[in-house]
Amino acid sequence: MFKPFSARAVFNSLLSFGTVLLLWQVTSSFSGWSSQVFPSPTTVFNSMWSLIVNGTLLKHSVASLYRVTVGFYLAALLGIPFGIMLGRMLLMRDMLNPLIQFLRPISPLAWIPLAMLWFGIGDQPAIFLIFLSSFFPLVVATMVAVSSISPVYFQVAANFCFNRTEVVTKIIVPAILPDVITALRLTISIAWLVVVAAEMIAVQSGLGYMILDSRNALRMDYVMVGMITIGIIGVILDLLMRMLGNIESTSWAIRKH
Amino acid sequence: MGHILIQNITKEYVNRRRRPRNGEDNTRDEVLTVLDNVNLEFQDGEMVCILGPSGCGKSTLLRMIAGFDTPSSGQILIDGRQVTAPSADIIFVFQHNGLLPWMTVWENVELGLRNMQDEEEKSAQIQEFINMVELAGFENHYPSQLSGGMQRRAELARALAVNPEMLIMDEPFNGLDFLTHMKMREEVVNMHEFIAKTTLMVTHDIDDALVMGDRIVVMGDRPTQVKLVRKLEMGRPRNLDRDPELAALRDELFFMLGVSYAV
Ligand SMILES: Nc1ncnc2c1ncn2[C@@H]1O[C@H](COP(=O)(O)OP(=O)(O)OP(=O)(O)O)[C@@H](O)[C@H]1O
Ligand SMILES: [Mg+2]
Repeated sequence: MFKPFSARAVFNSLLSFGTVLLLWQVTSSFSGWSSQVFPSPTTVFNSMWSLIVNGTLLKHSVASLYRVTVGFYLAALLGIPFGIMLGRMLLMRDMLNPLIQFLRPISPLAWIPLAMLWFGIGDQPAIFLIFLSSFFPLVVATMVAVSSISPVYFQVAANFCFNRTEVVTKIIVPAILPDVITALRLTISIAWLVVVAAEMIAVQSGLGYMILDSRNALRMDYVMVGMITIGIIGVILDLLMRMLGNIESTSWAIRKH
Repeated sequence: MGHILIQNITKEYVNRRRRPRNGEDNTRDEVLTVLDNVNLEFQDGEMVCILGPSGCGKSTLLRMIAGFDTPSSGQILIDGRQVTAPSADIIFVFQHNGLLPWMTVWENVELGLRNMQDEEEKSAQIQEFINMVELAGFENHYPSQLSGGMQRRAELARALAVNPEMLIMDEPFNGLDFLTHMKMREEVVNMHEFIAKTTLMVTHDIDDALVMGDRIVVMGDRPTQVKLVRKLEMGRPRNLDRDPELAALRDELFFMLGVSYAV
């Protein structure tokens, strides 16, 4: 079972982070580059502190998280049921799967021009891009999970005269839950990657916008603050999703390994 | 309910050839005839034991009787009506684990009783069947936390709890230790004696068939036909060593299944 906070794991990760910080400090002191081009960790943490105190960092983080949350929820709410349908209905799968496989490799970023044209500037185009980035992976993962459920379980369901609702709630959903949670975990990382990129173009707030804006102002320390914040939030999101994987209703699958 | 008539059943599986074999250019589908013109009749209330070599189509036959699969030709009539779909009247115990892995032992046994109104009576009944298969204390375990034999027992409890019109069991005693095997065998015989519902069972154990069966069916090699149907009239409990008729049949069965002497 997953234990993120064992003493040894914490110590080891602190060690590696510490080493990187040290290397960073040493390089910035001795490389001869100016602080504008390659700010030292102390500069960056000072700037971070000031951005925290004046509320800028929180504002942009919340803006990004809001878009990710909405887009991601929409993708999960539509994508998972859609994936279940495709997994169960052979005809629909044959018709729609090629279409999905065709759309899936198109990077969400390629949709930016259209998204801006359709939704203007603001939250909607960003949310739309997040949605696109999460929707297809979730549909495909759910579809694969559903179609790989052992037919024996459906025979058991038929044998005990399950109605349609029971087939979904007592067979399909519990059977795919572990796979779907893994997919959600992967997708939220993708969504988090995409939001930053989307914010560099389509909106006036968020961590991506903050980075772009700081670049225009030649504040590399702020750029780095943005990057560090993105990393921290990304780790936290992943931890949250992993905790979701430990809930009781998936424990039957975890014990199997 | 329980009279089964199997008429001219043939079952073919089409195996798609992925690649043509070397030197052969035919990519035609390969047709595997598993059952070839099988005719059988079982009377209401009989305990039927089916024997036969591995891969001869015993599971296939049971699946078709239960309505999970359809014959390529011929028909199966239960009380004069053709089998079209699975029903809750015929409970199937699967050869490979049919327990739902995301449900605990308790929840699995509950499946067949889930529409019972009286919660108290339902719990009592679930507990009774769990106790019967000696899984008391494991109610909240998931199947993956049980041994193979325990899983079999849980599945038997689930099937017996339904009190079905007909019970179909595909090697139900597989993986049980000797003593549990004996106990479950006795339990199934007693249950059958008591409720007298038609019970079909595939087994690899000739003694199972001799001790339990009202009727023994032996299937032959592929394409499979019925090699022997024998009605056993003697009462139970049966003693294989004392009863000369059973001893003779036992030798005959061993011989028929490819072993020339009863070890
Ligand atoms: N879905 C399927 N597709 C193709 N061939 C199949 C399928 N199911 C079974 N077969 C074939 O049918 C034959 C009979 O299978 P079946 O499971 O009925 O055997 P069995 O008598 O129950 O054997 P065992 O005693 O080992 O369980 C096998 O040769 C198998 O390869
Ligand atoms: Mg079999």
